[in-house]
Amino acid sequence: MASASFKDRNLIAVIGDEDSITGLLLAGVGHINEQQKKNFLVVDSKTQVSAIESAFQEFAGRKDIAILLINQHIAEKIRPTVDKYQQAFPALLEIPSKDHPYAQDPSKDSVLKRVQKLFGD
Amino acid sequence: MSGAGARENVFATRMALTNTKLRLKGAQTGHSLLAKKRDALTTRFRTILRKVDEAKRKMGRVMQLASFSMAEVTYATGDIAYLVQEQAKQATFKVKAKQENVSGVVLPAFEVDRVSGSDFNLTGLGRGGQQVLRAKEVYAKAIETLVELASLQTAFTILDEVIRATNRRVNAIEHIVIPRLENTIKYIMSELDEMDREEFFRLKKVQGKKKRDTAARDAESSAKDQVLQEVDDEEGERAVDLLSSKDDDVIF
Repeated sequence: MASASFKDRNLIAVIGDEDSITGLLLAGVGHINEQQKKNFLVVDSKTQVSAIESAFQEFAGRKDIAILLINQHIAEKIRPTVDKYQQAFPALLEIPSKDHPYAQDPSKDSVLKRVQKLFGD
Repeated sequence: MSGAGARENVFATRMALTNTKLRLKGAQTGHSLLAKKRDALTTRFRTILRKVDEAKRKMGRVMQLASFSMAEVTYATGDIAYLVQEQAKQATFKVKAKQENVSGVVLPAFEVDRVSGSDFNLTGLGRGGQQVLRAKEVYAKAIETLVELASLQTAFTILDEVIRATNRRVNAIEHIVIPRLENTIKYIMSELDEMDREEFFRLKKVQGKKKRDTAARDAESSAKDQVLQEVDDEEGERAVDLLSSKDDDVIF
């Protein structure tokens, strides 16, 4: 597996609504690299699904990102892509947002879904 | 007996039998080792599974708290979203990956690597600086939880994959490799037995032939003997006659 490559992954990328992003950036996760690429994407009601999708693919493909955080209600919009995502790196994590409290519903979380499936049998 | 099931294409010799037996032993050792590995991984996997579930719940609570402190900030300072987004330049909150070894599987674990930066020091300078500071801390705590969860989840994904691969191997050895080697051994044994029987039969034949030959020779020789005997007898009679009859001519 990618044993050598995760050494230089040290950033946390975020796709989320304005409040979540602001909070996480306040904590200091924000990073803009040499190509002026941000490691976060603010999603509001006007953001196109295709834009979210392309940002997701971009973050997933970057070599310096260790963890990819995404708001659960945004993950819901690109659910097929998220469900298809099986890579170990970057680790995909769905987080709750202010307006959308965290749903413990396993059907809404790709990892919990697998957990449930494994506990089931 | 020998035709049942798949077997390897070997010549039925004693050497091939020894080799196959050795390979069977190797396969059995490998099977037990892999099964042990699978058990160890599964144990680990179960613990991680429980932890993931726990951490997910904890994350829900922590994020709620963080959102609340963010709301406080917005109430005290007004909208700082734009300001914060524009000020982000270098990440001060990073993660470090370290490795952990679980029976030959490398599991990465993320660790928070925080550099105390001077970012956003001026944010909320006018008012609400306290709240901004608090929100920063709360969010930092929240991210620590998230990082922990992320490393658990990564371990989960990797372990899942490895366990599946190990299971495949264990099953392949158990259901394909070992039966095939056993079949090969059976085949070689039966062939060798067959050869043994043939050899035995051949020896018997040879022995029979030899016996017959000996018998024939015996018969022949006894026939000769008979003839000789008769000759002898005649001579014997004469001899007896010689011995029994007294010869007056002999002086001593």
